Amino acid sequence: MGGTVILLIILAVVVLYGVSAYNGLINLKNQTLNAFKQIDVQLKRRHDLIPNLVNAVKGAMDFERQTLEAVIQARNQAVAAGANAAPGAVKQIAAAENQLTAALSRFNVVVEQYPQLKATANVGQLQEELTSTENRISFSRQAYNDTATQYNTKQQQFPTSLFAGIAKATPAELWEITDEGERAVPQVDLSMKPKA
Amino acid sequence: MTDDTSLNLFQQQEANRRRTVILVIGFVLFFAWLGFGGDFIYYLATADAAPETYHHTFPWFGLLMTAIGAGIARYGFATGPNKVLWSTGAQEVVDPATDKERQLVNVVEEMAIAAGIPRPRIWIVPDPDPNAFATGLDQGHSHIAVTQGLLDLCSRDELQAVIAHELGHVKNLDVRLMTTLAALVGAVALMHDGMGRLMQGGFRVGGGSGGGGSRGGKKGGLGQLAIVLLVLWVITWILAPIISQFLAMAVSRKREYLADAMGAQFTRNPMALASALQKIESADAPTSSIKRGAAHLCIADPLGRRMNLHEGGMANLLATHPPMAARIARLKGMAYQRLKAEGQFPTT
Repeated sequence: MGGTVILLIILAVVVLYGVSAYNGLINLKNQTLNAFKQIDVQLKRRHDLIPNLVNAVKGAMDFERQTLEAVIQARNQAVAAGANAAPGAVKQIAAAENQLTAALSRFNVVVEQYPQLKATANVGQLQEELTSTENRISFSRQAYNDTATQYNTKQQQFPTSLFAGIAKATPAELWEITDEGERAVPQVDLSMKPKA
Repeated sequence: MTDDTSLNLFQQQEANRRRTVILVIGFVLFFAWLGFGGDFIYYLATADAAPETYHHTFPWFGLLMTAIGAGIARYGFATGPNKVLWSTGAQEVVDPATDKERQLVNVVEEMAIAAGIPRPRIWIVPDPDPNAFATGLDQGHSHIAVTQGLLDLCSRDELQAVIAHELGHVKNLDVRLMTTLAALVGAVALMHDGMGRLMQGGFRVGGGSGGGGSRGGKKGGLGQLAIVLLVLWVITWILAPIISQFLAMAVSRKREYLADAMGAQFTRNPMALASALQKIESADAPTSSIKRGAAHLCIADPLGRRMNLHEGGMANLLATHPPMAARIARLKGMAYQRLKAEGQFPTT
């Protein structure tokens, strides 16, 4: 009698724990998906902004045609990569976007060389928009990576790991980026550094 | 590490929800004490009176005061954010007009993304002293306000750091507790001012030979217990605003360190917040448009009290904010840790 009661209690505790672990995993999975969508939104914003920016400076920067074309080309490639990639194919999108980031930073360096261009109200505003968009992208990436890391850790940690299969939890890919220093130099280096 | 902080975040949110409930209950109980205590004293005072005179047997004051207390708490909780914003004269940025305003809107959007919460509504307080605060009841309905001085003085990075600090308060629901507290402290102060005047009048009547008005009790029957109660009751009335001030202080000091850390986590740039705090500190004119009632909500004490320069002793009791030097030192420590880590491998 007493033994059955104890057994039942233990069983109830295990079931309750399992339910909460399962729900926790599902919760994190959705958060991770949501965070990934957020990056998409910001990348779309960036893709929409670039044509405006290029148009605004095209007249004044005729002699910098090469830089402009590089930006446009990188942008089109990134849009294509975003459209063609399977959902969750983080690596592919990241590579195209990193290229665009590099092209944009070179473009920014060029614009900095033309103070009279920057002084135009329109260009100044567009530059602020560009800065903000770049920040939004990196912050949404940061939020995604934080959430995904949390999700991955939860999946691997015992005893939650026992329920990862039931919750159909698979490790989420992190969004690797080249670091700030590399981004600033106007030279494209797409080799992704291995994580220490 | 991320796992730890998220757990702490959840605990923080729960603790803030719980403390808000306790605060509201305490507030209503306080009103009940004021009311029922008054009833009891009045009852003792009239118990021995002649049979044909008025006997106070039904606790009208108690019920009335409890109802008033509950009403104020309900009203204060619901309208707290608006009241706080109104009291500082903040104006909402709906359509950003200047470059700085556009930048502010952009920065808030960026940090909302980093913090993973909906974008709060943005307000500007027309005051030349740099300061900022956040208010609201939950993550979905929050407000962030900065002074014009902060906009003028800070670089983009510094502004970002300050906004990140405020969003830290929003994310861990500090705003819920602190806004409710601000609303209730305000209500107590107001009530104290108003009722103090009323009571003075009342006592003069009571102190005279029992004539004026229906409420002038006969003095003859006041027992010892009644006198003790009366003294205690009056003391509560006098101390009410002081007690509520203490509450406001105790509640806010540790939170600033925590919000600093959360802000640094959102921006990954602790030095920007350190330099923003430095700028806020060196502009030492008090923020005149932010009054005592909302002081504990701000990133830096708007009253510029000297008490905030120290830690320990009296300061632990009286200051609403930790010393600026200590906050800056902690942020610099974080930046150092980060640099050390960055030397070896790239981070996000």
